[in-house]
Amino acid sequence: MLQRLRSLATGRTAVIGVPYLWLLVFFLLPFLIVARISVSEMENVAFKDLVSFKDGLLQLSLKFSGYQFIAEDSLYFDTYLRSVQYAAATTLLCLGIGYPFAYFMARAKLTAQPALLMLVMLPFWTSFLLRVYAWKGLLSEGGWVADVIVGLGLDQLLFATGLIEAPGRLMNTPFSLVLGMTYTYLPFMILPLYANLAKMDLRLLEAASDLGATAWVAFWKITVPLSKAGIIAGSMLVFIPCVGEFVIPELLGGPRTLMIGRVMWDEFFSNNDWPMASSVAVVMVLLIIVPLAIFNKYQAEAQEARR
Amino acid sequence: MNAATINRWFGRGWLGAGFVFLYLPIVALVLYSFNDSPIPNAWRGFTLKWYTALASDNEMLAGLWLSLKIAFLTACGSVVLGTLAAFTLVKYKRFAGRTLFSGMVNAPLVMPEVVVGLSLLLMLVSVQRAIGFPERGQMTIWIGHMLLGMAYATVVIQARLQDLNPQLEEAAMDLGARPHQVFYLVTLPMITQSMLSAWLLTFTLSLDDVVLSAFLSGPGATTMPLVIFSRARLGLNPSVNAVATIIVVIVAIGVLMASYLIARAERQRTLEMAAANRA
Repeated sequence: MLQRLRSLATGRTAVIGVPYLWLLVFFLLPFLIVARISVSEMENVAFKDLVSFKDGLLQLSLKFSGYQFIAEDSLYFDTYLRSVQYAAATTLLCLGIGYPFAYFMARAKLTAQPALLMLVMLPFWTSFLLRVYAWKGLLSEGGWVADVIVGLGLDQLLFATGLIEAPGRLMNTPFSLVLGMTYTYLPFMILPLYANLAKMDLRLLEAASDLGATAWVAFWKITVPLSKAGIIAGSMLVFIPCVGEFVIPELLGGPRTLMIGRVMWDEFFSNNDWPMASSVAVVMVLLIIVPLAIFNKYQAEAQEARR
Repeated sequence: MNAATINRWFGRGWLGAGFVFLYLPIVALVLYSFNDSPIPNAWRGFTLKWYTALASDNEMLAGLWLSLKIAFLTACGSVVLGTLAAFTLVKYKRFAGRTLFSGMVNAPLVMPEVVVGLSLLLMLVSVQRAIGFPERGQMTIWIGHMLLGMAYATVVIQARLQDLNPQLEEAAMDLGARPHQVFYLVTLPMITQSMLSAWLLTFTLSLDDVVLSAFLSGPGATTMPLVIFSRARLGLNPSVNAVATIIVVIVAIGVLMASYLIARAERQRTLEMAAANRA
């Protein structure tokens, strides 16, 4: 019995210990290193120690010039602001397209729902990089979508709102960037919303209609509030990765759509300024830490509710 | 036409338009891979020349081989780590630092990849300076992909573990099975399917990743997505369309096969359940 208990205990330690150690070493430790480098002085290729003991004097030297630079230079501030704006616009578009989509999916015939679900998930399995690349073809001159938009005269509208620089030129503009991000992240909005809407108790709507509510009123007063958890989960799943997005702005964005992921990339790869790149990364994490906390809270609640 | 009919057709129309939006790029990619014109977007008739050109495209082929190796190793490692992490989260309700653990497991799912890539690279460089190991290349890319893959694998396997009936494991314990026997004989067979989906998901994730690979690759370790990305940055390139078509075909076959196998297993189980109930 004792032996059995002991084997249980060691087995348990190994099961918890291996993934725990992995995450500590390869996830938490790297972040601490980034935080440290962001306040370090760089000498050639080495970093000065943060704490030094010389001549009986204990010195702690933190260099905040990176952060100071971010706060003072409008390039960084504007880029952060732009990244958040594009991410917010993408989130709203995904919600506008995705909510009705998930709603109609959840209200479709029960037998058809697994097939619909699979059709939403299937693009996940083909390369995300290649699907973003495809939009380059669709939106550049002579592409299918470009032809339709120009044919309908919608490019005048986009030009008037400042989303494209010249009528007929759709690529490398805020428009192409937000369209590409909406396309990429739409399934991330649809899936949590569908999971939420599919398990709603439809008798609540019957009760509302019995009490005299129109379908429209019932939708806004019952369905939407009940799907709050799905809306929040989906929005966070779209918003957070969009803020730091790198590949989509590189392929579909242009000179006017510089985003913070690219700025960090350039600090690191072009300028070789590790402390600066680290500072930009730390500020980026601070920017998304509130949405991240909200997401984790709802995720935990949803997991509790499953049981 | 009454309101209900209009409603139904509006719903169908919205779903249809949504699916057109989701699948249009894939259709365009495939179609233009057969375009006999060096100028993209101008259709000049059918050709297979981009596919034959691919066969002698050494850069792309070397990238593909490296990507497949890394994806295979990533999928295997992620499933092992993900199973352990999912088991920890579902079975062990109290241990020191559980909140930190569950936070860390989910974080790579939403953390911007540039941040994960930068921090991992800076750590690996610091380690390399201290002990001369590891060299940047296949292994460092593998570590990065596994960090991401583990998070996805955990979510998939955790969902299945939560739905299991704990009484089955308790019954095995009561009948004298040791913990490892319970795991191998009772729990594992019930979560095999979710482990398989996690394997496939992390395999495709790794095969597709640009940002982590860009940070963690070294000289001579250029994965296929890095090759595609550098070409796509420069403009439209028919060789990219040809690669895309091959991937789409492989995925389509894989998904059809998987759904056939799952449907067959499901039918088998229903039959067995019916037989058991009769007995």
